[in-house]
Amino acid sequence: MELLFVFALAIFLGVELITKVPSQLHTPLMSGSNAISGITIVGAVIALQNLPEGNIMIPIIGFLAVVTATVNVIGGYLVTDRMLGMFKSKKGGE
Amino acid sequence: MQQLIYIIASVLFIIGLKRLGSAATARQGNFISAVGMALALLATLVDSGFSWGFIIAGIVVGGAIGAVSAKRVAMTGMPEMVALFNGSGGIASVFVGWASAKPGMEIAESIPLYLAVLIGGVTFTGSVVAYLKLSEKIDGKPVMFKGQQPVNIALMALILLFGALFCMSPSGFGDPWLILAILLSFAFGVMVVIPIGGADMPVVIALLNSYSGLAACAAGFIISNTVLIVSGALVGASGIILTGIMCKAMNRSLSNVLFSGFGSATASSGGADVQGEAKPISADDTYYILEAASSVIFVPGYGMAVAQAQHAVKELGALLEENGCEVQFAIHPVAGRMPGHMNVLLAEADVPYEQLVEPDDVNPNMAAADVAIVIGANDVVNPAARTDETSPLWGMPIINVDMAKTCIVLKRSLRPGYAGVENPLFFCENTRMLLGDAKASVQALVSQFKDG
Repeated sequence: MELLFVFALAIFLGVELITKVPSQLHTPLMSGSNAISGITIVGAVIALQNLPEGNIMIPIIGFLAVVTATVNVIGGYLVTDRMLGMFKSKKGGE
Repeated sequence: MQQLIYIIASVLFIIGLKRLGSAATARQGNFISAVGMALALLATLVDSGFSWGFIIAGIVVGGAIGAVSAKRVAMTGMPEMVALFNGSGGIASVFVGWASAKPGMEIAESIPLYLAVLIGGVTFTGSVVAYLKLSEKIDGKPVMFKGQQPVNIALMALILLFGALFCMSPSGFGDPWLILAILLSFAFGVMVVIPIGGADMPVVIALLNSYSGLAACAAGFIISNTVLIVSGALVGASGIILTGIMCKAMNRSLSNVLFSGFGSATASSGGADVQGEAKPISADDTYYILEAASSVIFVPGYGMAVAQAQHAVKELGALLEENGCEVQFAIHPVAGRMPGHMNVLLAEADVPYEQLVEPDDVNPNMAAADVAIVIGANDVVNPAARTDETSPLWGMPIINVDMAKTCIVLKRSLRPGYAGVENPLFFCENTRMLLGDAKASVQALVSQFKDG
């Protein structure tokens, strides 16, 4: 129940935060939030830490979970940084 | 201790997203968010025991794939890249859910597990189809067939049934109901995206972005992990908002986007009565018009990206400014194939972000503009959205380039746009068509300016 409470608050917070982002920055916003959704990497690591005995398939699936989540994290942050590095102000700064 | 670090990580994500709200602080915001991610991961890694090998190997492999693709991707290919990243987030949640399945789990764990694999599975295959459509590896047209709705309903019913069977008595990793539910969610993801036309992909990507967050969130509920829940919810909310903005910019409801197969039947119905003579113009004459103009508004669309014309366009803009002309780039929220795509392309070409403006800011001044130059945009400048109630674009907010004193349209041919709708703009009194490759046309104008 407490977790649902946290969930509900986070959704409202997200709505508040994102509504303020101008359409100019929507592409980096998407790739950046994409990187955040790579937080499943934490779930993947925890799943690997709590492996049940026996089935060799489970660690393999856990490994694949880490791989795909890391693609999201590393790829997402790097590509967002690359994009945002291109946004330049008239005054020459970033 | 671990909980404390998770809280700090969540706060960093929130600050990061907040900083993404302005071009001046966005890059720093992204960095802060990355620090949060690193902290959350490190805090989790601490007690990894014998699984170290798998975890490190996974991070190395995934990190290499992510880094190489992030470095290689061209800015024009960003929609495809984001679609693929959405997909990888989705499948990650499927794997996490599946690997977390244990015999005799409580229902409070098995339901979120089921939701994680369901949402993740739909996100995965849906994103792959979106990627294939965007990269034109498959036809972007909506795929509709007889009995599509019954098939979807049957699929949904089966997914629910298998889900219920799994949740009531989960038998762990090899649970047949769970595996069937995963496979059917893959099928469902394909079915959800195939009826959506290529022009609506910005909406689909935003929606799938949201799903990838919600799947991560569901995975968080399985293991009662707050940092997953918070960040998944943030991403979920972000995707939903973007989806809403996209729909509003097209004046359509989400259900209309998802179920109507836009762009399939519209070509015949829309603007069939638009007739008249399109008036071509040469690059020389265009130069004389621009040379005399004191305010010019560029309206770029996906065609500019296809022609790789953004650098030439930037150069032309700079030359016009030197000539004492006020230059703006009016960017429609759905121009390009993903939200904000045009802004990124122009930023890459070194256009300062102050010059990139939204339709609401530019439309009131349109009548005072000497020249509006449309480069590879079509539906977002189609005046039928204002004037023709029968047009499929009716009511969509557009950039009113037809109200400028002169409107010059750079276009390869007189074919209709991506949505397949005729554009009466081409036949307006004050419109001139500069036909040919957009990049070559703009470069011709640039060299005219340099010689003149």
